[in-house]
Amino acid sequence: MSTHGKVTGIVSNLVTVTVDGPVAENELCYISVGGNQLLAEVIRVTGDKASVQVFESTRGLKNGDSVEFLGKMLEVTLGPGLLSGIYDGLQNNLTTMTGVFLKRGEYTDPLDRKVLWAFTPLAQPGDKVIAADWLGEVKEGWLPHKIMVPFSFKGEFTVKSVAPAGNYTVDETIAVLTDKDGEDIPVTMVQKWPVKVAVKCYKEKPRPTRIMETGVRVIDTFNPIAEGGTGFIPGPFGCGKTVLQHAIAKQGDADVIVMAACGERANEVVEIFTEFPELVDPHTGRKLMERTTIICNTSNMPVAAREASVYTAMTICEYYRAMGLKCLLLADSTSRWAQALREMSNRMEELPGQDAFPVDLSAIISNFYARAGMVLLNNGQTGAVTFIGQEGRPLLLRPRAEPRRPEALPGRQPDRLLLQIPRVSRDPGIPAGKDPEELG
Amino acid sequence: MATKAYQRTYTQLQAITKATVTLNARGVANDELATVNGKLAQVVKTKGDAVTLQVFSGTEGVPTNAEVSFQGAPPTLRVSDQLSGRFFNAYGHPIDGGPEIEGEEREVGGPSVNPYKRRQPSELIPTGIAGIDLNNTLVSGQKIPFFADPDQPYNRVMADVALRADVDKIILGGMGLTNDDYLFFRHAFESAGALDKIVSFVNTTEEPPVERLLIPDMALAAAEYFAVDKNEKVLVLLTDMTLYADALSIVSNRMDQIPSKDSMPGSLYSDLAKIYEKAVQLPDGGSITIIAVTTLNDGDITHAIPDNTGYITEGQLFLRADPDSGKVIVDPFRSLSRLKQLVQGKKTREDHAQLMNAGVRLYADAQNAKTKLENGFDLSDYDLRCLDYAKEYATRLLSIDVNITVEQMLDTAWEIFAKYFSPAETGIKQVFVDKYWKKD
Repeated sequence: MSTHGKVTGIVSNLVTVTVDGPVAENELCYISVGGNQLLAEVIRVTGDKASVQVFESTRGLKNGDSVEFLGKMLEVTLGPGLLSGIYDGLQNNLTTMTGVFLKRGEYTDPLDRKVLWAFTPLAQPGDKVIAADWLGEVKEGWLPHKIMVPFSFKGEFTVKSVAPAGNYTVDETIAVLTDKDGEDIPVTMVQKWPVKVAVKCYKEKPRPTRIMETGVRVIDTFNPIAEGGTGFIPGPFGCGKTVLQHAIAKQGDADVIVMAACGERANEVVEIFTEFPELVDPHTGRKLMERTTIICNTSNMPVAAREASVYTAMTICEYYRAMGLKCLLLADSTSRWAQALREMSNRMEELPGQDAFPVDLSAIISNFYARAGMVLLNNGQTGAVTFIGQEGRPLLLRPRAEPRRPEALPGRQPDRLLLQIPRVSRDPGIPAGKDPEELG
Repeated sequence: MATKAYQRTYTQLQAITKATVTLNARGVANDELATVNGKLAQVVKTKGDAVTLQVFSGTEGVPTNAEVSFQGAPPTLRVSDQLSGRFFNAYGHPIDGGPEIEGEEREVGGPSVNPYKRRQPSELIPTGIAGIDLNNTLVSGQKIPFFADPDQPYNRVMADVALRADVDKIILGGMGLTNDDYLFFRHAFESAGALDKIVSFVNTTEEPPVERLLIPDMALAAAEYFAVDKNEKVLVLLTDMTLYADALSIVSNRMDQIPSKDSMPGSLYSDLAKIYEKAVQLPDGGSITIIAVTTLNDGDITHAIPDNTGYITEGQLFLRADPDSGKVIVDPFRSLSRLKQLVQGKKTREDHAQLMNAGVRLYADAQNAKTKLENGFDLSDYDLRCLDYAKEYATRLLSIDVNITVEQMLDTAWEIFAKYFSPAETGIKQVFVDKYWKKD
């Protein structure tokens, strides 16, 4: 039986719930309010009281409202159709939502369940497989999208049957696996994975060896970034961080690009929506949008979902990496993410660290950066997630000093590239972040 | 407030602070309104049966046996065309002696627009001020604050901008206005004969600070009515957002919340974003543009309020006194409109962007020359010309008392360039020089 609870305290989007059974840290729950189900995540447990952060507005919520725990953590849905998707921080499809305004409690399916995908089997009956091994593939745009043994499967399985080549929806069984106890498990094209857990279904994480061309000359020539490397762009607001990231997104040599607009301005995200469908990928001649997934959590969306958005983006990258693809994750910006962490920590009345950030901020960010990297897959192929984040600093402050903001510091430890935009580019009124050769 | 049948009344307060009261009550919804001895209050926290209310007009004279009635609904505003030309207080009640508004009651502080449903802003908002139109062009659907020290005439500039802008409605949200400023706005609107397209929500310094917290939501609820229901172009003026943030910190302080950076509440970023992100270009033609004022303490933009604001808004307009020209100017170095490229050269003349860059770059050269002069170095002929140019450029273009069309600004810029420089020194593309250079 699942655990239930009742709301017993509310401060903004931090809600205290008295529970009648076991709950787990980061477990999800639904709070019922006025016919809506609001998704929330456990962030602290004290005795029989769980503190949950609600991913929606808590207006109208009452003490005594019922809560149902779901017995799982925040998950993303992984399967063909993610590319060219536009999602919010919780992977709701923003394009299929009705109405101009976001409705509270409206959750939309990230994948189109009706589309038929042309499936080609790769595994044979009798093959021994483990999690993330390839069973077959479908063409997603121009990319071979591998259908894998779900990451959550533990141990070795024997392939009992694989569907013949043909058209299938994501929910149809494309393979049956037998576990070591002889039980048959059907596998579809869709799997789920908790976003805050790193996908580790690979053999090893060797040192990156190849350069990832960003297409931005000043980076590729003087400060090249490795495929599977991490980097960050610090700079005050208005110095051109976003312009540089968009340039990298347009020209970067990657199979898959995931852009996480974390707490960004909606009008800047609209710029991506407007521009990207028009742009052509210089490497393949196809539309840029076909290889891009956008995770969009604008600054006015609930703060808890902002925190989730970067994890959602990273998990999608890890999924494509397991197919042997080169992925590039661009997060704009990690300082807004850090602010979200600060806000929740403040709500929970934790003692503040430097600049009121939570004391484990540095550890959280380091862990996150560490999920990037080039990996050697079980079948000997390689895949990579290259991560470039952005950190803001106040305008004109400490112009040439090292980034001293606490949310910028931890980034420096795990990353291997620092793209600092000098303050001087703001001064002569040159639109910053632009190649000087384009001016004049 | 009309008495309703389901109203619940309590008469035993547990705690009183200057801004909040706490009592035991059941079935209370988050964000719900209540009255405390007739004073309007709002639920901000519940913990078990203990409910904390922020009392907007302050708790002076509130006894422990005050009568507390819950209204069962969050703050609302009556909306209809009758709003036009009227002045209201923070609760949406008329302060101009006119009758109450008849119309539909709408919840204020409602949901966000789905970013995917937004349109890219693309309409120029001309202000007549060259420091804005030429160098930091405003676009409908944009949100941008004036950053100014309290002694700068920002309210005057804002009134000028509002009255010159080609919009259907202007909504003024005045927070902590001095009575003099309030009367100034009222006089300016009346004498311009523009009253019928203006709606004002005003909280003056005479009134309790916590009341200010309602102003932005009220103003934006009215703006959404005109922009969404009537497809109108709406300009919202919010002055002064620093005083709004101060009111937030008063409430959180009285609730014993742990202060975050600069003793602001930890949720400052989200609180500000919720307001500013209401700026939108809607798919059906309506738009909300927000121009705000954030007063600075001695130009310090690293303070939490301007710092957080800068990460939300699409640029900032920096006002400062220029001792060389004796004018108040829009600082070309520290100001930025992030959306200017959406209209420059598209809705304005082709040479706009080039002229802007050249003008600001030469002004930067003048700053360098000035530094040389102050340090006792010899000045070159070019330096001297730069200094003269800077004075004329500041007087004729950067000064806030300029009121000319964009076309005139561009012609003026060409004229000043020709007076002091050769075409090569301006670095402007030859095609434009051939076409526009003012020959003697």
